[in-house]
Amino acid sequence: MFKVIIAIGVVLLVIILLTLFRIGNLVNVVKGTSKEKVGSSNKINAGLLLLFMFVAFGLFFWYSIVYFDDYTLPQASAHAGSIDFAFWLTMGLTGIVFVITNVLLFVFSFKYQYKEGGRGKFYPDNTKLEILWTIVPAITLAGLVLTGLSAWSNITSKASDDAEVVEVMGYQFAWGVRYPGNKDAELGAYDYRLIDASNQFGIDLSDENSYDDFIPMEMHLPKDKEVLLKIRARDVIHSVFMPHFRVKMDAVPGMPTHFKFTPTKTTQEMRDELGDPEFDYFITCTEICGRGHFSMKLKVVVEEQEAYEAWKAEQATWLKLNEDYLEKVPAEKRELARIKAGIEDNTETEASL
Amino acid sequence: MATADIHITEGGHDHDHDHHGNFWTTYVFSTDHKMIAKQYLLTGIFWALIGGTLSVIFRLQLGFPDADISWLEPLLGKWITEQGKLDPEFYLALVTMHGTIMVFFVLTAGLSGTFSNFLIPLQIGARDMASGFMNMLSYWAFFLSSVVMFISLFIETGPASGGWVIYPPLSALPQAVSGSGLGMTLWLVAMALFIVSQLLGGVNYIATVINMRTHGMSFSKLPLTIWAFFLTAVIGLLSFPVLLSAALLLIFDRSFGTSFYLSDIYIGGEALPNQGGSPVLFQHLFWFLGHPEVYIVLLPALGITSEVVATNSRKPIFGYKAMVGSMLFIAILSFVVWAHHMFVSGMNPFLGSVFMLLTLIIAVPSAVKVFNYLTTLWRGNLRFTPAMLFAIGLVSFFISGGLTGIFLGNSAIDIQLHDTYFVVAHFHLVMGSASFFGMMCGIYHWFPKMFGRMMDNRLGYIHFWLTFAGVYMVFFPMHYIGIAGYPRRYYSFTNFDTLNSFSDLNMFVSIAAIITFSAQVIFIFNFFHSIWRGRKATANPWESNTLEWTTPVVPGHGNWPGEIPKVYRWPYDYSKPGSKEDFIPQHIPFSMTPESNLPHENEMIKLEKEEGVNVVVVDDRKGH
Repeated sequence: MFKVIIAIGVVLLVIILLTLFRIGNLVNVVKGTSKEKVGSSNKINAGLLLLFMFVAFGLFFWYSIVYFDDYTLPQASAHAGSIDFAFWLTMGLTGIVFVITNVLLFVFSFKYQYKEGGRGKFYPDNTKLEILWTIVPAITLAGLVLTGLSAWSNITSKASDDAEVVEVMGYQFAWGVRYPGNKDAELGAYDYRLIDASNQFGIDLSDENSYDDFIPMEMHLPKDKEVLLKIRARDVIHSVFMPHFRVKMDAVPGMPTHFKFTPTKTTQEMRDELGDPEFDYFITCTEICGRGHFSMKLKVVVEEQEAYEAWKAEQATWLKLNEDYLEKVPAEKRELARIKAGIEDNTETEASL
Repeated sequence: MATADIHITEGGHDHDHDHHGNFWTTYVFSTDHKMIAKQYLLTGIFWALIGGTLSVIFRLQLGFPDADISWLEPLLGKWITEQGKLDPEFYLALVTMHGTIMVFFVLTAGLSGTFSNFLIPLQIGARDMASGFMNMLSYWAFFLSSVVMFISLFIETGPASGGWVIYPPLSALPQAVSGSGLGMTLWLVAMALFIVSQLLGGVNYIATVINMRTHGMSFSKLPLTIWAFFLTAVIGLLSFPVLLSAALLLIFDRSFGTSFYLSDIYIGGEALPNQGGSPVLFQHLFWFLGHPEVYIVLLPALGITSEVVATNSRKPIFGYKAMVGSMLFIAILSFVVWAHHMFVSGMNPFLGSVFMLLTLIIAVPSAVKVFNYLTTLWRGNLRFTPAMLFAIGLVSFFISGGLTGIFLGNSAIDIQLHDTYFVVAHFHLVMGSASFFGMMCGIYHWFPKMFGRMMDNRLGYIHFWLTFAGVYMVFFPMHYIGIAGYPRRYYSFTNFDTLNSFSDLNMFVSIAAIITFSAQVIFIFNFFHSIWRGRKATANPWESNTLEWTTPVVPGHGNWPGEIPKVYRWPYDYSKPGSKEDFIPQHIPFSMTPESNLPHENEMIKLEKEEGVNVVVVDDRKGH
């Protein structure tokens, strides 16, 4: 019943609007306004353009200033400052251009609106002026390019040899993290054909470096130490995005990528800064990857280096948690695997009993 | 004029043309460029409504994530879950199809297809396109492509849903997302047909502009619209084949077991045999078209705007040569900036530096164009027709959206902003809305020449103001959401505390989007009502200089009943000092305007005499 009433209402509204339109047309015919070259609407539109400018700029400045803290993210990595500097430098320069050009557009529109008997100024070109406004933007942009280039080459430069290596792998629809382990600090080799329900990373157990690798449920990072993320994907393209660290890099199946950065604030410090005791850093996905694209969240914990080392030391290796995979280790390396993986040799003890 | 007014009240229906085909050859399989243009326009409007509807549905999800939308079930069927929510995969299909439809079917075919076809012969003084038959094939290839794409919306596994950029492996593997099954196949078939249509059309536009200009119409006297259409066709001809090759390789990967884009994939519990392919290869091929595509949709809009701004400012366009030069420079640069879409794709960072440099250079010709528009308005005598308002709106969007391109073209800043809402805001303003406004501007301006009647101005004004304010309300807030780090193509943000603080702004955007979309109903009504019942137009209602306004009110087959007019001057002699009227059309020889000639133009008179001046007099009061 309610729907019927709404439908009738809509139909009536449309009829009323159509009738108004028709009456307007007839009035125009009688008054002959349609014969005028430029009617009173010209003034109204010119005024509206100016009004629009004031209202729009008012809203723009109001929201940008009042809600500044809501839409800007705090910085939590060493290179975040250089990206933000480039961003705000660009914002400053383009902001000025944005205001000036839009003001000219709307003010000219208002000021030079049609006047009966008026004429435009025949002004087809002015070479000096045109050269001027080719060169000034070119120089400004050159400055921006240089700022961007220096930040970019810094960020993408090679990671130092003692950087903390962490592997992150994207898959539908979550992130996996693998650490090189406490014994050899080298990530073990992998092969996608070895992946199965337990061996999510496709760890290659013929590689000795893999025995002490561990795969925790969340990512831990040390403060003030360079971290090298080794990034890969298992099925489709994903993209590692850590907004607070200004980190983003695609995870591509078949083509490992990497990103290096240095966290500068622990989770606790960031919680204090934001006044939010619940806050956690996270990784999320920024490349469309299917149904669960929006839900690929991984918790990231940044802690002081001692706490980080302690956390690392308590992590059980993947091989220890999946002892049945020992069978896949080549026989001559099995002993080494047991030692590196921290597996106590129960079989022999049992046998001797 | 009195007769025109009577026609409103009577609703005259006297649309008989002077050519004598039957219904099929006149309206369906027509080889007349004007009819083909109208076919493109109507198909474009149809697609715009579909594309807009899709966006409203996903804006409902983003603005009101908790709302029960089971009332959409009659329309969407099983894509509404039992809880009355939108299916997340269908959400991805919606954004994918919205992008595909708007970029290709509306802003490429609907804009460039309509106005290149309609204006090139009329403005250069030709009877028709170089090949009318190829032109017809071009439309029908587009029509077939439209049919296939339309069907893909209704299949059980859903339409393509890997984003409009269809990056493999997502688009290659039906296991990854259900839209990559039959939906993706249909998408690829439709796009292949679409590219065929673009190439047939493009060859024709280029051939026509080069070979069929009327006597005196040198390249330096071409209206900026034609320059824009010409360069657009060249860009399209060079870049669309690359998309076709990218699509073909993808078809091979999908159906014939090749590994161009696939490598080391474990999905759905099994390791695929493909090895050695590179997903990044696809991105290079795709963006080699994808970036020029931006200018394929934007240049025609800028060309149309130049024409409309000059006419309604009653002033010559400022810096004609600089305008042509900028477009040429943009067209060339558009081919060497594609990898700025791939700064964080894992490609070599050195390439990132090179592409940043090239990308930011493109801002220079764009800036020149903006300054030239502003100087054209300066000390003009502005008539705010609906077309003029849309042109001003375009310039505003071009500024606002163009400037954010300087952020994104900077690889360092792009690390943070890539694939966030900042990008969405950027390209919807500078490419989507600006080009859409160019299209609207063109429709309002050339409607009288297309249909012999005027559109209603007041409805045009209401349409403009709702759309103009609406577009800013939809896309401006997205900048803030993007700076805050919200990624694109997210079904919902409720998983993240940090990314869940803008639900009010998202709701605002959604409401604005619904209002903006609804405002288009006013346009649709105005458009169709005016075709049959609008006020009758005169031959040159805007007092414009270009050749199309020298044709009869409704040009018949062959465009000019008599001889094709010759051209003596550039198209922007508005408000020339000394002349009685404030416009001198292109076909008026200098010998007829001694009072306003510049010194070098007086010398031209001699030349005119040698060649024998022959002015085609057109009675612009006469109806058809």
